[in-house]
Amino acid sequence: MHEQWIYVAFLLPIGVLLPGVAVLAGKILGPRKPNPVKGTPYECGIETVGDTWVQFKVQYYIYALIFVVFDVEAVFLFPWAVAYHQLAFYMVLEGVIFILILAAGLLYAWRKGVLEWM
Amino acid sequence: MGWRMIGNPFGWIQQQLMTLLTGWGLSQAWAAAVLSLVGAVILATVLLVSTFFLIWAERKLLARMQDRLGPNRVGPWGVFQTVADLVKLLGKEIVTPAGVDRFIYYLAPLLVVMSVVGIWAVIPLAPGVQGTALDVGVLYVVAVGAIGELGILMAGYSSNNKYALLGAFRAVAQLVSYEVPMVLVLLVPTILAGSMNLEVIVQQQSPMWFVLVAPLACLIFLITSLAENGRAPFDLLEAESELVAGFNTEYSALAFGMFYVAEFLHAFTAGAVIATLFLGGWRGPGAETYPILGFVYFLAKTLVMWFLSLWVRGTVPRIRIDQMLAFNWKVLTPLALAVLTTTALADKLALELGGNRLLTNLGANLVVALVTLAALRAYARAQRSKEESQRIGGLVTAAPVSRHH
Amino acid sequence: MTLLQLIFLAAAALTLGAAVMVVTTSRLVHAALWLILALAGVAVLFALLDAPFLAIVQVVVYIGAIAILIIFAAMLTRRVMQDSGRQTTRTWWLGLLAALLLFGGLVVLVLQVPGFQAAGGAAPDPQANLIDLGRSLVDVNAFILPFELASVLLLAALIGAMFVARPESRKPPGGKSGTPGGEA
Repeated sequence: MHEQWIYVAFLLPIGVLLPGVAVLAGKILGPRKPNPVKGTPYECGIETVGDTWVQFKVQYYIYALIFVVFDVEAVFLFPWAVAYHQLAFYMVLEGVIFILILAAGLLYAWRKGVLEWM
Repeated sequence: MGWRMIGNPFGWIQQQLMTLLTGWGLSQAWAAAVLSLVGAVILATVLLVSTFFLIWAERKLLARMQDRLGPNRVGPWGVFQTVADLVKLLGKEIVTPAGVDRFIYYLAPLLVVMSVVGIWAVIPLAPGVQGTALDVGVLYVVAVGAIGELGILMAGYSSNNKYALLGAFRAVAQLVSYEVPMVLVLLVPTILAGSMNLEVIVQQQSPMWFVLVAPLACLIFLITSLAENGRAPFDLLEAESELVAGFNTEYSALAFGMFYVAEFLHAFTAGAVIATLFLGGWRGPGAETYPILGFVYFLAKTLVMWFLSLWVRGTVPRIRIDQMLAFNWKVLTPLALAVLTTTALADKLALELGGNRLLTNLGANLVVALVTLAALRAYARAQRSKEESQRIGGLVTAAPVSRHH
Repeated sequence: MTLLQLIFLAAAALTLGAAVMVVTTSRLVHAALWLILALAGVAVLFALLDAPFLAIVQVVVYIGAIAILIIFAAMLTRRVMQDSGRQTTRTWWLGLLAALLLFGGLVVLVLQVPGFQAAGGAAPDPQANLIDLGRSLVDVNAFILPFELASVLLLAALIGAMFVARPESRKPPGGKSGTPGGEA
């Protein structure tokens, strides 16, 4: 059963190497004239003030968190979905209960206003 | 022999190479491995070369939709425009600002391209022609897409530019949000086919395509794949008026070119995935006997879906990030949950009670669609009446005219 | 030394090396990226063990969700471009010693399991395994209770995290027509 991974094990590194070769060709063929002004970060032409950091905005974290929860839920549901044709009806119902519990969580998040992008 | 060769070129080539390699003394397993390597190289090369054609076609078609000509100088109908662009990008200097994290900076575009090329390993191009028949094909597509998101995050971080970093965060927030309904909706073809293997999913679409059995799921998947790709109307990730150029602000020349290539190839790849999951892949009249026909059907379906996404791009304006995220979490995700639930229940009821699967599923989809439309209408009405009352209230309670005349 | 053993050794070395780099590298975001490499190594190990579903789940959940969450948390709470410094304390050799002793003890314990050094059985069919897994998750005689409890656990995690991460002030969601989308 390991044969199924061989193609993937070849395609992914090739997918990295081919563009890598292209970028390398670009680096070799292109001019290289560094100067201090070119080295400054781009901010629509004005000078940068302060270090590079981003104001903490909890909304990014919340979206990633809700995504983690729903991702894990979907991963639990995939074996259930694959075995679908071998399941009795009450088993399908149990899976639906699983989904509904998490839908209740989404509803809670909605009502609490957590999903708003401030 | 002649017809067989034309009817099944892939199988014929495969057979010839196998006999050649085993003739050289390699064992069966090693010959298969070498064949895999050759196939992978050919696939990756064909994909990356086909982006030349795809980018040109997209620019031409988009231009026609916008009532202008598009590239028409370089070659007949401007066909070699992308080649000219490539030559220009090759000759530009890759300007890296001070303080970038070099290794990550160069790795990021490569990861993004890899995440797109990697999806093609599991897509069945024709009967019997598939990179690998992974038993977990559907989840593999999701997994490889997740690596692309990481690439974007790394690009934004390594640029040492706070706007690139911010752009990367917004991009990943969008991608991650839209992945929720996408993964939920991917459960629907898995349920209908009883397997995550894309080849099995294509084979199970023999009486009818899944788009007829689960149209809402196809629609949701179409919308989320547009958002995952960063295409209009969800393209504020790299729009010129937003945050400079988002996460690829500090990328120039061919490093930027790689992000560009990955985006256009992703549109085509998304079309291929939709064609496989919902439109029956290589299925069509005569596809089993002549696999080359299957490949033609697959290509046609993919191009139609790609054209559809292009059409949407040329038609609708860009939406704001708060509108986009609200749409995802308040409309798409509940809709995806509802579609999943009703499909699971309806299909099982149809199987148990012996009803017509197609009609039961269509009926369930119709019910969900009607309920959703009713809910949206009620919401729109509530919003409108609220705005009305605010306006009227504003008129009544407006500040009085100044006392000093 | 069969090819499978070579691949296993390479994957194990990758995982261990990346794990060591996670705790010793001086920049925080680099540590997160080494963690991603270590998780990818674990995914390869799952694939070698004839568990393709677990390998893919490892990539989807750990690398595609949790690693992104960790990187978000790291990048949003620290000035990441300047955040660097020694990660090892002066008594790092004590930790190393404890880890090696633990490893030795585990090896001794595991070698005493009967049948541990026997050759592996026939390769299981992943598709049948997956169907089996799906069935047993909802079978009343098998794992239905942990399955539903897992959903309740996820719900609790969701609610708890929202409660902790909830912003202090919430403006009412009105005036959408002209307001640009937030601060950033």
